[in-house]
Amino acid sequence: MADTTITPDTTAPDRGNAYGQSSAPLSPRRRTRARATAGSGRMAALLVSPTLLVLTIVVFYPTLMALRESLYGPKGLDPKTGFIRTTEPFVGLRNYADVFGAAGDRFWNAFGNTTFFTVVTVALETVIGVAMALIMHRAFRGRALVRAGILVPWAVPTAISALLWRWIFNSDGVANAILGHQILWTTEGFHAKVAVIVAEVWKTAPFIGLLVLAGLQVIPKEVYEAARIDGASALRQFWHITLPLVKPALLVAVLFRCLDALRMFDLPYILIGAQKNSVETLSMLAQNEASNVRFGPASAYAVLLFLYVLLMALAFVRLLGTDLVSDRDGRKASRSRHRRNPAARRAKEGRAA
Amino acid sequence: MKTRTTRALQCSAPLVAAGLLLTACGSSGGSGSGEQAGSTSFEGRGPITYVAGKDASGVVQKVIDGWNKLHPTEKVTFVQLPTDADSQRQQMIQNAETKSDAYTVLSLDVVWTSEFAAHQWIERLPEQQFPLRNMLKPVVDTAKYRGGLYAVPASSDGGLLYYRTDLLKKAGITKPPTTWSEMTADCAKVKRLPEAKGMSCYAGQFQKYEGLTVNFAEAVDSAGGVVTDANGKPDVDTPQARQGLEFLAGAVKDGTIPREAVTYQEEDSRQAFQSGKVIFLRNWPYVYALAEKSKMAGKFTVAPLPGLNGPGSSSLGGHNLALSSFAKNRATALDFMRFFSSEDSASTFLKDASLAPPYAKLYDDASLVKQYPYLPDLKQSILHAVPRPRVVQYGDATSAIQQEAYAALTGSKSSTQALKDLQNDLQKYTAQ
Repeated sequence: MADTTITPDTTAPDRGNAYGQSSAPLSPRRRTRARATAGSGRMAALLVSPTLLVLTIVVFYPTLMALRESLYGPKGLDPKTGFIRTTEPFVGLRNYADVFGAAGDRFWNAFGNTTFFTVVTVALETVIGVAMALIMHRAFRGRALVRAGILVPWAVPTAISALLWRWIFNSDGVANAILGHQILWTTEGFHAKVAVIVAEVWKTAPFIGLLVLAGLQVIPKEVYEAARIDGASALRQFWHITLPLVKPALLVAVLFRCLDALRMFDLPYILIGAQKNSVETLSMLAQNEASNVRFGPASAYAVLLFLYVLLMALAFVRLLGTDLVSDRDGRKASRSRHRRNPAARRAKEGRAA
Repeated sequence: MKTRTTRALQCSAPLVAAGLLLTACGSSGGSGSGEQAGSTSFEGRGPITYVAGKDASGVVQKVIDGWNKLHPTEKVTFVQLPTDADSQRQQMIQNAETKSDAYTVLSLDVVWTSEFAAHQWIERLPEQQFPLRNMLKPVVDTAKYRGGLYAVPASSDGGLLYYRTDLLKKAGITKPPTTWSEMTADCAKVKRLPEAKGMSCYAGQFQKYEGLTVNFAEAVDSAGGVVTDANGKPDVDTPQARQGLEFLAGAVKDGTIPREAVTYQEEDSRQAFQSGKVIFLRNWPYVYALAEKSKMAGKFTVAPLPGLNGPGSSSLGGHNLALSSFAKNRATALDFMRFFSSEDSASTFLKDASLAPPYAKLYDDASLVKQYPYLPDLKQSILHAVPRPRVVQYGDATSAIQQEAYAALTGSKSSTQALKDLQNDLQKYTAQ
């Protein structure tokens, strides 16, 4: 159903580019081509439909159900019988409106924590991750060992690393022994946030390091040689060669980390504990509401978090999109063609270099 | 333009999927669940399931095997859920919300009974079919909701005061304290000993989690207050409750309770006691066997919890058996519940896994007392025990208690203000 309407839209421009034909005189040709490839269009629809079916089941249906659920309130207790009423009352958008009402404190606290964790951890991870990548990229003895060592934290499951850090941040733990001062990390307060940030950065900076390392390895050595002949300092090389060239890889890494950080749940939940205002994130709030059998508000919070994540993703996709093409002379019209035509892009990059 | 939107869609599809995993978990149970929870007839025989948390000792499977040998056509399958109570509760709720008959007999934590009964996830049981008269009354009360029996006690648990006999003896104290002021006086004497250098007096479980609710309720009840009254109405804004909370908050402030105790859960406080950091410890009976194996062996024993003007009250722990409202083969289920909660089974659970039995008689059995010397004290503890607040929205009630009690303990709120706020919060969750 849906597939038949989508396929012509998506395939037409692709075909146009694949054959290297200009897409200017579109209208007369499209009809003839459509007739010629009607069979392949059906074939494409047939091939795509299982994917769409799976997506419908695992993505669209749950979203719609969550959206619907978020319009219902919790079931009330009937004081006469002592039993919970059997139906959930329809409350419209009240669950969303409540966010701005008296009960919204907890939501905005969670929203603030989520945003704070995302901004701080991703910023720290980016700096440390790039540093790790530069170290891993260097050729020296024992490099394999260093690489493996750096990647270990990323390989440890989050729940396990949360337990590990809880042990470190214990009142008698290593952290306090090193500091020589007793800080009760797992109590409420700013120190709890610090504990979460330290554990999160420790765990996920290697991820950024890994992706940036991949980006570093495709930078041709000649570029650096040329820079060295021109007398550029190491810092200038990093700033003007390394950073611009790994930027696409770095941005992908940062995007992934942002989305992950926005959905942070298990680390603060295990490290600091449930019900702790200082570290409660939106995911923890939604889970808590759901576990108290208030699926309506829980869905509403989850939908709001989902929108937040989506917004962030779209913002990044736009950012990535413009950057991957890197069209400095601003020829917007041909942007999409360049991306889809590797030969043209390569030619252009060659010119630029 | 067209290509760009398509691209954005392609790129964001995985993100959408990832984001949705979260939304999806909130989306169950849309339609009204729990229509009038069936008739009270218990019919049908055949295989059933028993659902409980992970059985570390293996004794549950042993008892079930005993049943299966006798009833080859009515076999019981043991469904093991994760160890932590929250995920057990969640799985049971999910099962009930989907009205699945996969779970027959549920092992409920004593504080869940009201919630499960009010949602009609569990069936009301015929009282005369169970030997409730032989059980300790506070334990039986945990299985009731609005006067009806909704579960059968299978095991119980009560708090005990662990104390250092070696130090108390050296300081010339022969009897364990029965009041808080006696305890602090004893501490002052003990701390004058060179061996007690750097020790704190008392510890319990004061991290912001369920254990704090237990300890807070114990303090309030031991001072003569209540969290919820006989009708289930919250009543914490009282002088008695304030004296209870102030004992804890004041003790943290003046160092009677060590400062780091606000991060203690059961195990942390046990470690603190075993490593000689505190003289008195409030904990569950399970600690006894472990401490006996540590370097503390022979240097400690137990007593009932102290209170404000005399022996205090413990919070009740333990598990009850309930019958899922959506289960089949209920005649078998009822028989199995009788078998599983019988005195014989309770005695096996006590012997093999040191689970406190609901039956009064077992606490006085000489051979058992020889194995577990704390049994007489535990019996006293349970007899004086008060159930944690019995409200339908227990999850919210316990969060509110943790929130306010923690604020008072860490000094960010006065006890008076904390109790006033708590009273307001609790009223919200019990009013409806």
